[in-house]
Amino acid sequence: MQPINEMNLEFSSKSRNESFARVVAAAFVSQLDPTLEELADVKTAVSEAVTNAIIHGYENRDGLVKMNCKLYNNSVEITISDEGKGIENISLARQPMYTSRPDMERSGMGFTVMESFMDKIEVVSELGKGTKVTMFKTFKSIK
Amino acid sequence: MKVKISYKGTILIASLEGELDHHSAQYVRQKIDSELMKSSNRDMILDFSKVSFMDSSGIGVVIGRYKNIQKLSGKLIIINLNNQVRRIFEMSGLLKIIPVYDNLEDAIKNVKGNKNAAYK
Repeated sequence: MQPINEMNLEFSSKSRNESFARVVAAAFVSQLDPTLEELADVKTAVSEAVTNAIIHGYENRDGLVKMNCKLYNNSVEITISDEGKGIENISLARQPMYTSRPDMERSGMGFTVMESFMDKIEVVSELGKGTKVTMFKTFKSIK
Repeated sequence: MKVKISYKGTILIASLEGELDHHSAQYVRQKIDSELMKSSNRDMILDFSKVSFMDSSGIGVVIGRYKNIQKLSGKLIIINLNNQVRRIFEMSGLLKIIPVYDNLEDAIKNVKGNKNAAYK
């Protein structure tokens, strides 16, 4: 299926860009006219994925985070990727309450929030190469 | 994100304003912890009425403050959660251990009620 619209964004792995990325994603997705709650779901999921890239992928060092958004008639596909350290054990990382950084007061809920607020997420990661998280959501309010 | 500090009697009230994410979490932590350290108050109400966005970083902040206050034998209460924020709290299981109220008056009554019960 061909997307009806697509955009790419690339930004530095700075924590102040977390809000920038989620606002851009929400602005792009709002073209489909989803409900405010659906938009908030997308914002939250993007915020989680971008935060993971900055904290875990790049471990707060300099790097680039990429975001790709594809819009379909009533759905969105968003990919957040980094070229950071990668995830050793993806299934462990996706478990609720698991965090590799308990020292940072992380809740370990990032992937759980993404999974709950979006319909499906796919995680591809390679140690030393980076991580790519793709999230899908169909907006039920749009027929 | 702004953190407004006020007191109702001996209860510290921290009102959060804006978006609570990983970026703003550090400031919120420092602001609240330094206030807790300089006062002898042990009970805190976290007011979320002006939080327009929160992700799971906010859960980390609340769990951290909850642990600190528990060490002081104080009580933490949360008030005024909007729907988006409430969903994240529900997901984390925090609502099972931290009381949540819809307004400040009820939260204050709860803190005082518990204190009275403890003195008996």
